Formats: sequence, C-alpha cells, structure tokens
Amino acid sequence: MTPAFKNLSRQILVYALLALGTIAFLYPIAWMLSTALKAPDAIFTPEPNLIPAHFQWNNFKDAWTAQPFTRFFLNTLLVVLVSTPFAVFSSTLTAFGFARIRFAGRGAMFLLVIGTMVIPWDVTAIPLYIEYNALGLINTLWPMMLPGMFGSAFFIFLARQYIMGIPFDLDEAAGIDGCNRWQVYWRIILPLCMPIVVVICMFHFVWVWNEFLTPLIFINDQSKYTLSLGINLFKNAYNIEYEKLMAVSSVSVALPLVLFYFAQDAVLGGISMSGVKK
Amino acid sequence: MANQTAARPQGWLAERRRRRRDNRAGWLFISPWLIGFVALMLGPMAFSLIVSFTEWNMIGKAKFIGSGNYVRMFTSDPFYFKSLWITIKYVFLVVPLQVVLAILIALLLNRATFGIKLFRAVFYMPSLIQGVTLALIWSWLYNEDFGPINYALQLVGLPRVHWLTDPHIALFSLVIIALWGVGSPMVLYLSALKGVSSEYYEAASIDGAGPLRKFFNVTLPLITPTILFNVITSLISAFQTVVVAYVLTGGGPANETYFYSFHVYRSAFTHFEMGYSSAMAWVMFVLIILLTGAIMFSSRYWVHYEADGSGKR
Repeated sequence: MTPAFKNLSRQILVYALLALGTIAFLYPIAWMLSTALKAPDAIFTPEPNLIPAHFQWNNFKDAWTAQPFTRFFLNTLLVVLVSTPFAVFSSTLTAFGFARIRFAGRGAMFLLVIGTMVIPWDVTAIPLYIEYNALGLINTLWPMMLPGMFGSAFFIFLARQYIMGIPFDLDEAAGIDGCNRWQVYWRIILPLCMPIVVVICMFHFVWVWNEFLTPLIFINDQSKYTLSLGINLFKNAYNIEYEKLMAVSSVSVALPLVLFYFAQDAVLGGISMSGVKK
Repeated sequence: MANQTAARPQGWLAERRRRRRDNRAGWLFISPWLIGFVALMLGPMAFSLIVSFTEWNMIGKAKFIGSGNYVRMFTSDPFYFKSLWITIKYVFLVVPLQVVLAILIALLLNRATFGIKLFRAVFYMPSLIQGVTLALIWSWLYNEDFGPINYALQLVGLPRVHWLTDPHIALFSLVIIALWGVGSPMVLYLSALKGVSSEYYEAASIDGAGPLRKFFNVTLPLITPTILFNVITSLISAFQTVVVAYVLTGGGPANETYFYSFHVYRSAFTHFEMGYSSAMAWVMFVLIILLTGAIMFSSRYWVHYEADGSGKR
C-alpha cells in the first residue's frame, strides 16, 4: 500500500463513520422539523415518515401567535443582553485578581471558586426562593440574570488560565508607563482576552437560553416567561400540541445554533489556549 | 523582582507595604465573584442547612426537630433509597459512556478536513435541545406503536421494546437521551486535541508507533486534564437530573426513573416539606463532595500535566 492510498482509505473510513453518526444525531432533529410542518393528524402514523405529505408552513405563525411568544422571546433576549456583559466583566476581573495579584488567601479562595461547581441546585433552590421573594424578585427576570452576573466558576477558571499565559512583561511595561492595576486589566489584559470573552458569551448565552428549572421555580406570571418555559405551554395534562411545540422549538434552537456555527473556531481556540487544566 | 527588593536593607518596610497593597487589591478584584458567592450560594446554603433540622411548610412557623429529617430518610421513607439507588445507577452509566463517546466523536472530527464546521455543528446541535422539547422528541422515538425505533426493529423481525414502560429498560432509555446531548464535552475535547502539539506525533511516528499506540501513549495522556474536568462536571449534572424524566416518565414505570433530585423537588414544591427536602439535598451534596474528592485524589495517579508549571494548582 502506498502512503497516499493508506491516507485516502483512512479518510474514507473517517467520513463513513461521521456520516453514520450524523444520521443518528440528526434523525431526532429531523423529526422535530418535520413535525413542525405537519398537520396534527399526520404526526403519529404507523409508518414513520419524515417528509410531510402537505407542508403546513402556517404552523409556525399559528404557534408563535397562540401564546405571546414575541413577549417570551424579548424576555429571553433581555436576560441575555443584560447578564452577558456582567458575566464577562465579573469573570475576567476575578480571574485577573487570581492570575496576577499575590494576596493572602488566594489559594483557598480559588479552591472555593472551583468548589462552587459542586453545589447542586437542590440545596439552594428553596433559600433562593425565599431570598428572591423577600427582595420582591419573584416573577421578575432577575432570578434568571443574577446567578451568572457575578461570574461563574468555569469562566473564571478558563480566564485565569488564559491570563496566566499572557507574558507578565506586559503588565510591568504598563506599570512603568504609569498604569495602575485597574488600567492594566482594562487596557491591556481584557483586550487580549477576546478569545475567552467569546467563549464566555457563547456558553453563557446557551445556558441562559436553555435554562428551564430556574424560570419554572421562580416565575409564575406568564408575561415574564422565557422561551423555554413558554414552549411548555403547548403541553398540559390533557393535550400536547406537538406541531406547535416543535415549530417554536425549531425557531428557538436556530439562534444558538447559528451562533455556534460562526463562533466555533474562536470558541475552540479560546478553550484550547487556556487549556482545561486543574 | 521581589527578591531584589527584599535584599536591600530598608526594603523590609516597603515590602510590607507592598504586600498590604496587594492584599487589598486582590480581594477588591475578586469581589464581584465574592459578593455573588455570599449572596447566592453561601447564604442560601447556610439557610438550607438550618432548615434541614426543622419541619417547615414555608408559610407557617418552622419547628426545630433536630436530626428528625435525616432519621426519617434513612429509616421510614421507602422512596429514599430507591431514588438514591436509581440515581447512582444512572450516574455510573452516563458518566463513563459520555466520556468515551465524546472522545470518540472528537477524535473523528479532529481527523476530518472537508466540511468540518458543518460536522461539528451537527454533533453539537443536540446539546442545544433541552427540557420539554428534548423529552417529547424522544417520547416519539421511543413510542411503542408509532415510534421509528420499534418500527425498524419490527422490519428486521425483532420484537417491539417497551422503552419507557418496561421497568428494566426505562432507565437505560434515559441514559441514551443523555448521551445524545454529548455536544458540550465534545467541544472541550476538540479544544484539547487542538492543543496537542504535532511534534509529539512526529516523534511517535519516528519511533514506529501505529495509530492505536499513538492514541494510548500520546493523545490520551495529554487530554487527561480534560477527562478529569469532564468526569466531574458530568457527574454533578447527572446527579441533578430531573427535567427529562419529569416530563417523559414522571418517575415511572414502577418508580424506576424516580431520580433523587425528583424526590427533592417534589418534597419541596409539591408536598411543601421544606425541612425534609433540604435535608435530602444536603445528603446529596455531601455525597457529591465525597465522590468529587475521591476522583480528585485519584487524579494524581492518572492525570498527566505538561511540565510548564502553570498546570499545577
């Protein structure tokens, strides 16, 4: 076998496996899309078929207007737009503190940051409910925004690793030029952290977009629903409106998917450069 | 730099002043996280610990009952050990399978060149589908009469499977759903593979190593930090599983998918037994800490760090 032939046959094997995997991973999604386009009586048939006999494009419009989804969409968008800048700022600022400043208790505090990943929602859900209730935040969007706004363990960890990889000479040179620590962070380090900022934005966006349990517990008022909770309205104890539910779900998945498609190289590069090391 | 200052005779005072300034700055810089930690985690945790020793329905007055809740779950709650056992089974199935699947897909994607962005998006996409939608898609796939899986089984002459109603199978059906969402750990492995320097592979090739030996001697050791991270995060989230089972099986059949978190959620928000729910949550928390601690401890034997100094904490 010549090396070229070996290479080619290996590529063919790789793509054959990828194709198989693609079928397995996409089939359920294909059903979601096809159901979104079917008439209600064409969804459950003895012979499963993915191509609808009659495309019901109006399902999308009917579903979107059946509940105030524009409202839910704007709510979700508002949560993302308000919380993401804070998530970026808090995570990178805290990471800068851990990576660049030697202070008493640094090691212990960083362990604590990592430790918070272990806290299950089960433990904090009830007290948070009482806390938010006392602050008048139940039935507002704040319980969705607040948890990420102070920085979260994974992002702080990634950003710290990343900043540790930036040469310290830059800080020193800036110090000689008269920059204080805040200015070093704001003018030198943060702009260099852009790959990590992309990672934070991407993952934070997806987390907020998909979060189901948080709005389920803290939001009852329909006008404050997020998309993920609004989709739930098509399912009640008596009836599930599959075609409408899948139509809105398809729309809801589209935005994070497009985001991932265009940000993937930056995301992979950003994580790769900081390295998930513990 | 610090050594030079210390070497000077009068540097001692300056050094102390500098250290004080550093301390203040350090705590100031981590204060955003610290505020959130105290307000949204530490405070609630302390509160929950106290509540776990009481009987409380959230509206009336809490009654202190000592270790009553803890005694109750270990002695007189038939659902407790059942839900714990189911959750442990689920965790020990999902975590290793997810790690292996994520690595396999990442390895494949790392080999591909043409259409790579599209393939990455394909394998990542299922992890974007969550909650009710996820549950309902799979309720169709698993449907006994109209679902495509049983249809395909029937075509090749195999009997229909009761994916969600057979008590011996339902838990495995949920494991498969979890594996479908393997996209986010896969992204981490892809980044880790990207970070493996090609020099290592060239060196291995010169030594005459085949693809399998290259994987086990070069790739695998170098991605062990990511595996450690993945094992821990996936363990934690598997322990807290609730939404899909909540929608899909409601804990059934015969309570075979009645997860621990489900029990915690129900005790709190259906039965309003805040004390009991908090006590169960704390036992789970301690369990997760013990397991994570054990994994971290074991990691010194199997996690490999490149000798660049920054990897060690």
